[in-house]
Amino acid sequence: MINLIQNIRAKIETGARISDDEALALFACDDLLAVGELAALANHQLNGDKVYFNVNRHINYTNICVNRCTFCAFSRENEEDEGGYTLALNEILERAAEAQDAGATEIHMVGGLHPDLPFDFYLEIMAAIKADSPGLHIKAFTAVEIDYFATLTEQSPQQVIEELKAAGLDSMPGGGAEIFAPEVRQKICPEKISGERWLEVTEQVHRAGLKTNATMLFGHVESYADRVDHLSRLRQLQDRTGGFQAFIPLAFQPDNTRVPGAKGVGGVDALKTLAISRLYLDNFRHIKAYWVMLGMKVSQVALAFGVNDIDGTVVEEQIGHDAGADSPQQLSKEQLVGLIHKAGKQPVERDTLYNEIKTY
Amino acid sequence: MYNLSMACWEGSLSTRSCSSWLIMMTAIEKKIDAGQPLDREEALFLLSDVDLLPLGKLADAVRRRMHPQGCVSFVVDRNVNYTNICTTKCKFCAFYRDEMHPDAYVLSYTQIFGKVQELVDHGGTQLLMQGGLHPDLKIDWFEDLFRQLRYRFPSVQIHSLSPAEIVHIAKLSGLSMADCLARLHAAGLQSLPGGGAEILVDEIRQEISPSKIGWRDWADVMREAHSLGMSTTATMMFGVREKAEDIVEHLFRIRELQAEQGGFTAFIPWSYQPGNTELGGEQASGVEYLKVLALARLVLDNIQNLQASWVTQGARMAQIALYFGANDLGGTMLEENVVAAAGVDFRMSQEEIVDLVRAAGFKPCRRATGYQVLEEY
Repeated sequence: MINLIQNIRAKIETGARISDDEALALFACDDLLAVGELAALANHQLNGDKVYFNVNRHINYTNICVNRCTFCAFSRENEEDEGGYTLALNEILERAAEAQDAGATEIHMVGGLHPDLPFDFYLEIMAAIKADSPGLHIKAFTAVEIDYFATLTEQSPQQVIEELKAAGLDSMPGGGAEIFAPEVRQKICPEKISGERWLEVTEQVHRAGLKTNATMLFGHVESYADRVDHLSRLRQLQDRTGGFQAFIPLAFQPDNTRVPGAKGVGGVDALKTLAISRLYLDNFRHIKAYWVMLGMKVSQVALAFGVNDIDGTVVEEQIGHDAGADSPQQLSKEQLVGLIHKAGKQPVERDTLYNEIKTY
Repeated sequence: MYNLSMACWEGSLSTRSCSSWLIMMTAIEKKIDAGQPLDREEALFLLSDVDLLPLGKLADAVRRRMHPQGCVSFVVDRNVNYTNICTTKCKFCAFYRDEMHPDAYVLSYTQIFGKVQELVDHGGTQLLMQGGLHPDLKIDWFEDLFRQLRYRFPSVQIHSLSPAEIVHIAKLSGLSMADCLARLHAAGLQSLPGGGAEILVDEIRQEISPSKIGWRDWADVMREAHSLGMSTTATMMFGVREKAEDIVEHLFRIRELQAEQGGFTAFIPWSYQPGNTELGGEQASGVEYLKVLALARLVLDNIQNLQASWVTQGARMAQIALYFGANDLGGTMLEENVVAAAGVDFRMSQEEIVDLVRAAGFKPCRRATGYQVLEEY
């Protein structure tokens, strides 16, 4: 184990890549702080002391979804289901306008795969937000939704992306990746597009000139090998396109979900996974701790384990909270700045594309 | 100040500030390796000028040395708060009520016995009974209660009444503190929890709990308990308005007290929970909690056990804390009211605690109040 840590340190210092086997060995290594120290070193080389956050607002426009992913506590089958909802265009616009007035630079918008909403509705949302709140960057839809729109409209994903882009879509978040391994997807999201398809669609998004993030939902039924496989496919795609901005490991929240035997993610596993992501994904500039799912305390501690982004103010989050996340609904800019300062780091407000807006 | 070690390594800092930092850090590492006690200046340096990970690594090494088997222990217990009526009215407390308040209560013996029976039914071995400083409950009420508890539930250790309560009961009953404690001990009180320590610096106590006993009284009760052969724990509630120096002073006062008779079994730091309190403000962050915990492990080399506080920090942070010096997770707390009153309500079952310990790579051990291992999992 001492050899493993020394070898990886040498690799960081010379800029060499760590292998899948080394990543697996790090997952099996029980010296949490040694792994963290390596990740901190790798992060410091890339980002120095800077920790990024943005002022954003989440809008989850509908929870009606044709998929029945077992890890999801957010989705409903239709409007008649208890708690089922779809926001009207004017409600979406109001939320966006509120966000712009509150100093937000980004709208983060994802939702269920609604069986009846036409593709034009989504185009209309993009165009209307752009007209109404021109200062907002629209980061919306996952590869899963793009694929769904393509099926709905009998078009190729490229055509769908081009239309959304023309209507105002600026970039995409990285959701729906879950774990790429087919056996795991069979258990947690059998109706969802395959991992292969997710990567294909994302590659097309990158080719269309839009940046995206990438996620990994971990801590349910997957093995460490499945996690490393997931990271490996992301690293390969990033080598080809360079279109990923941040990698965001999402800690599975078990409440109100239907994944048999899944217990959720411990703090040690969460930190180790973030740290190994930093070490392995050498072609990703940013590793993000998503405080909604990790909690504020663990997210702050993660800044010592290779993380350089702590997401945004969020304002109104539904998906993680429906699954029992006990974090608050929103954080103020001051709270984020305070957390970062107290971790001994330099808070930097960024826009979606990581242009620096202000250093605190 | 960020990560001087890393900045020095990269050569981005002046040689001078690097060299003085490195000299201090090297001296501290040497002392810790040799098992020598740190001094206040070194402790303050660790808290103020050293980053989370290097500090954690030092504490983790000491924890490994003190607990080489990798056991992480917990006790099956219940907090019974016999009354929420309290004359002290600490500004950081969301639990107390005035006597005339509609929510004010005093539990009857019958109610208490019912709760302890439930504890026994769950395999519990420790009763942590604490309450407000009630204006009328004198020593007879406690003596009688403890005798009956010992008789009815001989398998349950009465680990109850913090120093502030002992001093209060003595005063109400016209007794000296020493006589009061001796009588309670004789009636069945076996050990004392270390609550009410807050920050053991009177200027801070004056601000947050002006009517509570000062640090010397707190220490005197502990000294007396230890001389009666009772074991106790010691706590610290930080994140109020104290400075780094006050945290250091608190730790050294505990360390010096422990050097006298060795009666502390564990140290338990937790962060102030601001919900529903007069004092208000923000809760200490995760990084601050882990740094204080790690520092406690390093300073308190004469106290065997260090508890992580899942009840205030949550399960994830408590698990992480096992790598920052902690070797114990306290109680399963079949019931907890005081922290919950401040709006924080983490619950954990015994099974969840066992899973948490195992998933972190340690061996879960159920223990007695005195830290004897009862069962390994």
